[in-house]
Amino acid sequence: MSLGSVPLKYKISIDRDQCMKCMRCVDNCSYGVYRIEDDKIIIDSRKCTACHRCISMCPRDAIMLQERPVDYRSHPLWTTEAREDVINQARSGKIILSGMGNAVDYPIIFDRLVLDACQVTNPSIDPLREPMELRTYIGKKPAKLDFTMKDGDVELKTKLAPNLKLDTPIMIGHMSYGAISLNAQLSLAKAVAKTGTFMGTGEGGMHEAIYPYQDHTIVQIASGRFGVDIDYLERGAAIEIKVGQGAKPGIGGHLPGEKVCADVSCTRMIPLGSDAISPAPHHDIYSIEDLAQLVRSLKEATNWEKPVFVKIAAVHNVAAIAAGIARSSADAVVIDGFKGGTGAAPKVFRDNVGIPIEAAVAAVDQKLNDQGIRNEVSIIASGGLRNSGDLAKSIALGADAVYIGTASLIALGCRVCGSCYRGLCPWGIATQRPELVERIDSDVGSENVANLIRGWTLELSELMGAAGLNSIESLRGNRERLRGYMLDEGLLDVLKVESVGA
Amino acid sequence: MCGIIGVIDRTMARMDGSSIKKALSLMDERGSGEGAGYVAYGIYPDYSDCYAIHVFFDNLLEPKTNVDRILQKWGRIVYQEEIPTYEQPNLKREHIPWRYFFKPYTDLMVGTTNPDDDNVKRLVMTINSTVEGALVFSSGINLGVFKASGWPEDVANFYRIEDYKGYIWLAHNRYPTNTSGWWGGAHPFNLLDWSVVHNGEITSYGTNRRYVESHGYQCTMLTDTEVVAYLFDLIGRRHGLPSDMVVEALAPPFWDEIDEMPEKQEEFMRALRLTYGPALMNGPFAIVVATKDGIVGFTDRIKLRPLIVGENDSKLYISSEEAAIRIMDPDVDKIYMPRAGEPVIGRVTQ
Repeated sequence: MSLGSVPLKYKISIDRDQCMKCMRCVDNCSYGVYRIEDDKIIIDSRKCTACHRCISMCPRDAIMLQERPVDYRSHPLWTTEAREDVINQARSGKIILSGMGNAVDYPIIFDRLVLDACQVTNPSIDPLREPMELRTYIGKKPAKLDFTMKDGDVELKTKLAPNLKLDTPIMIGHMSYGAISLNAQLSLAKAVAKTGTFMGTGEGGMHEAIYPYQDHTIVQIASGRFGVDIDYLERGAAIEIKVGQGAKPGIGGHLPGEKVCADVSCTRMIPLGSDAISPAPHHDIYSIEDLAQLVRSLKEATNWEKPVFVKIAAVHNVAAIAAGIARSSADAVVIDGFKGGTGAAPKVFRDNVGIPIEAAVAAVDQKLNDQGIRNEVSIIASGGLRNSGDLAKSIALGADAVYIGTASLIALGCRVCGSCYRGLCPWGIATQRPELVERIDSDVGSENVANLIRGWTLELSELMGAAGLNSIESLRGNRERLRGYMLDEGLLDVLKVESVGA
Repeated sequence: MCGIIGVIDRTMARMDGSSIKKALSLMDERGSGEGAGYVAYGIYPDYSDCYAIHVFFDNLLEPKTNVDRILQKWGRIVYQEEIPTYEQPNLKREHIPWRYFFKPYTDLMVGTTNPDDDNVKRLVMTINSTVEGALVFSSGINLGVFKASGWPEDVANFYRIEDYKGYIWLAHNRYPTNTSGWWGGAHPFNLLDWSVVHNGEITSYGTNRRYVESHGYQCTMLTDTEVVAYLFDLIGRRHGLPSDMVVEALAPPFWDEIDEMPEKQEEFMRALRLTYGPALMNGPFAIVVATKDGIVGFTDRIKLRPLIVGENDSKLYISSEEAAIRIMDPDVDKIYMPRAGEPVIGRVTQ
């Protein structure tokens, strides 16, 4: 018995009058949608992922893409996706894989929050005329200042823990070499160096090409410990222990062997072509005290010269977990919301597990505040931040800084087709095939990513000035500058935000 | 708007309240007749070992019974009375102002190096957040706040402030936007030894409030000014920073300026900003804070509200307007405008 085929996801057509047969589409599509037969471009729409590479390269705008050209009988519960997933699993008996972030139509809390601006009783501040401070320090802060006074001279007794100094509260999250290409990672590294901020290396070691930018990197230790040795730890400006990821809380990672080329194998310190599997838990962290030990061990190994972050997925109990982390020697808690992206995740996790970053960051901020230790540790929010509005709202909900991931890849060409796990990314981002990787020129790519960071930074300055704030510290956790629009009372209470009009 | 004025006689010579009444009334343009108030230090020499607790009661039944009970549990009421007031045609009596002279039981408070102050601070927070119909608006030693809804001269005459003699006076003329007509919303705000008058709006209030709440303070007065008193209490009293350093924490230099400082100073300022980032105050403001040891005036970091200083021998004046200083002291010999964020400090010389 055959289940037959499911209808096309995307239908590609070419306006043959416009087409000049330049063959750019044929050359650019790595999924094999186009081929030449008898001087004619033949289309296999079934292979299309809607990555838009061909469309963006077509000089004549001759290519059309239609989503879901064939209708199913409409049904509110048995959506097209639900039916196709069942058919898919009936065939395979496997877990369904997916890429990028949560694709379920959950309400987006960011879009139900509005920011404030000054009128009359307080003047707005023009960032073009007045200083506007976005400088952000990430790391442990003292609870109070100890000093002695001698003949009017102040002698500081408090020893400041090492902090990362950010010129803007935007960092780029962890995407490993392996998950993304070297040219993609190099573009990100050059971009953060240009804009005075930092990027995560992901769990994949550090390639030599990144060394010149190592002072702007945060090296990651995850459960697979790939690429970790003392040299790696010492290169990073900070160290991050990754416990979980918003796109797939509670499970590990899996880099398919096809992506483990010679360079990746060297950087990760694993055999060529072998699958790189990160286990679900760290097998040396079965409790909060184990985590505290690992934090201390990493600090000890690096002479207490580097901040150590701990990244967790935003799960139901995120506030209590963060409070536990704050009590270790960790300098920052990274919280990754359930809309966070990924190279590959089981779809059922990506779409169903975890909570949104807005609620998670507010809850963590509140818990740490209740315990009187909020300012002693930094909070980094990530997971689905799309623009400077999301950035400003994250900070007002209690974040010190944010990680962006998907947005930085879109700046490199990504069109969020969600096929990263296939290793064929035609934009040269989520692939290790040399002919695809070379499509990214890291000088151009880094300028695009840096532009994105600069653009958001400018917008954040304007938003702060309009709200009468000239320092980022005064936006942090400042719920007075936020109002909830059409949010229910329960959620308003979690966010500690009042309703519009209140 | 709002108008503020403060004066200190550094030799602790006491002045009666008549001249500050004149000065504040001169700035009626800056108010709306909905709130004015005064605070004076050194007015209760006969009770100089007691906390003078001023309370607004809605009536003298349940609210007062409850406050009496709480105070008697945590200390001894040495003396109490209704604060003498004199009816004014343009001032509607909303509350009954009352004062207690109170000695806390030191041994009841544990886990603190300053049990008396912490005891009284806790009492103030408890009464204000739990006793309906009672509001403690002044709780320091040998000082008192006198405030109400009305024009400065009416409020002054209501309490007859010329009958009090203090070596520090602060006064405030209010143009309310947040809470109109509420006596508790008038300035000065006071907690223990700290009193604050404030012209402006604190746009960082949400952040500052969370910070003080995180350390056991409760904001109950529905206005952004009280947070200043709590910040001074937390950073100044509990953390032990001197006033000028507290001002540097609340209105710090910009990072660009800090980067240019000599190494040691740079390190100190960076530590100060990192430690007290959530205490940084933003928005347009001019503030004068008083303690028994002196007064300090400062503005926001880009001086979006006026502040002017006058000096005459042992007297230092800080005000929204030069005219107010000149009417208080026609012989004032030095008048100048401090720079944005620069603290102006007058200390008693003893």
